Amino acid sequence: MSIEMTLQRTPDTSARSLAESAARRDPRAEPTVVRYAIITLAVGFLSIFVVLPLVVVFVEAFGKGIAAYFSALADPEAWSAIRLTLGVAAVSVGTNLVFGLAAAWAIAKFDFPGKTFLITLIDLPFSVSPVISGLVFVLLFGAQGFFGPWLQAHDLQILFAFPGIALATIFVTFPFVARALIPLMQEQGTQEEEAAISLGASGLQTFFRVTLPNIKWGVLYGVLLCNARAMGEFGAVSVVSGHVRGETNTMPLLVEILYNEYQMVASFAIASLLAMLALITLIAKTILERNIDGDMPHDD
Amino acid sequence: MSVLAPRRSTLPGFGLTMGLTLTWLSLIVLIPLAGLFVRSTDLSLVQFWDIVTSRRTLSALKISFGLSFAAACVNLVMGTIVVWALVRYRFPGRRLFDAIVDVPFALPTAVAGVALTALFAQKGWLGAPLAAAGIKVAFTPLGIFIAMIFIGIPFVVRTVQPVLIDLDPEIEEAAASLGASRWHIVTKVILPSLTPALLTGFALAFARAVGEYGSVIFIAGNLPNVSEIAPLLIVIRLSEFRYADATAIAVVMLVVAFVIIFAVNRLQRWAQAQAST
Repeated sequence: MSIEMTLQRTPDTSARSLAESAARRDPRAEPTVVRYAIITLAVGFLSIFVVLPLVVVFVEAFGKGIAAYFSALADPEAWSAIRLTLGVAAVSVGTNLVFGLAAAWAIAKFDFPGKTFLITLIDLPFSVSPVISGLVFVLLFGAQGFFGPWLQAHDLQILFAFPGIALATIFVTFPFVARALIPLMQEQGTQEEEAAISLGASGLQTFFRVTLPNIKWGVLYGVLLCNARAMGEFGAVSVVSGHVRGETNTMPLLVEILYNEYQMVASFAIASLLAMLALITLIAKTILERNIDGDMPHDD
Repeated sequence: MSVLAPRRSTLPGFGLTMGLTLTWLSLIVLIPLAGLFVRSTDLSLVQFWDIVTSRRTLSALKISFGLSFAAACVNLVMGTIVVWALVRYRFPGRRLFDAIVDVPFALPTAVAGVALTALFAQKGWLGAPLAAAGIKVAFTPLGIFIAMIFIGIPFVVRTVQPVLIDLDPEIEEAAASLGASRWHIVTKVILPSLTPALLTGFALAFARAVGEYGSVIFIAGNLPNVSEIAPLLIVIRLSEFRYADATAIAVVMLVVAFVIIFAVNRLQRWAQAQAST
């Protein structure tokens, strides 16, 4: 089963467990004191470790007033970072979308030996440290790397430039779309597509008219998570970026640079944009999960 | 292609999509990762051993693995408490707290890093009262520990949550009707059926913390042998152009990561076997 997906899909706890606990309160209830202690611990833990860090980002960003916040965001360096981040995210999401659709089609619609192993390989980037995800591309394309001398001879720059940053980001976001689609398409089976083919539809017609409408929320879900990670990636990008000011700094890298220069308002202003991206992603994710559950065929 | 030929589907496009998948997977993931291992064979076994057992590397590995293990233990206990509260109890703001469990997944690591540092610095909201009590968090190993707890929060909660929701209430009722105390039911009936999920969440939180970079380096202090994590040492070795050192440390970390994937796959199979009995 997919580990990351079970992690990322928030189960709908509300309706079922509410009804259950109301129906049979007695045998499954702890003493009131214990109940309050557990709720207090859970709420306290999440407040300190999750709510406070989120709040502090915005308080620090607006610490010197709204004018200081917006002048920090209007800085040319900030704009160049935002543009680079958007560009890298567009390329990563685009390529991984095509790959994810192809992989999900092959894996979900056909039987072949080694399928589980293939899924494990697709998941691999999730378990590699971000720093190592950057390192592998330094070893390939760096001056001392496998292709370094060849690239230099042909005057091609991959590392410390857009292609390197994009490659590292594609690597870390590699599994998202495929992992969002494989379980959904496996559940939906192949009957509808087979019917379309037998009625004379071409492969592409079948995909665009039959498959795609069934999986559109899943596609959006994968794109959403892929995009959030692409825009927020730090470790892998940090290793391959070279930190050229105004050129190869993405938004997370600029947060670090400004922070190390004690430009707190500027650093937290950029950070607040990324925090907003995270919050919007979480809200959209919750809505999409509900729609995907509607697309899942249910037995009962 | 004949080996991979689909067995019973009449749908088109297998060759094309499988070809695309394998090509892209090889180019982006497999060849770059293989490159790392090929590169490490430039080193003799003795050289590799010397790098990995040098004082600074060994300290960094100990700090990364040791603190990750401790943080995953905290996540295991607190994650169980959070999951229990979210699934079994009603309280105001429950749905909101359920949603924010995912924040450590969604928040870019650099943002988490600067936010935690601001919070736990000597003049920070939590750092100031802690400093008054004589506890220094930011720029010490304790800071690393805190950051690792933060990034590990969703793993235990999200792996255990669906299992606890699907747990058959009749088992608990049967145990209660046979006269078992509530404490007995929780420890002897419920927790054992959650064990595979708990261990999976623990392993995932541990693996994530070991490789974590962005949310840790700001709060860590990064003092060699004291508060320097292994991923940071890789970055430092790269900036010194000591590629061999960086590669050797990376190989050790990757091998451990692969062992954890293997263990998690086993745990998942165990969980499925247990669910079907």
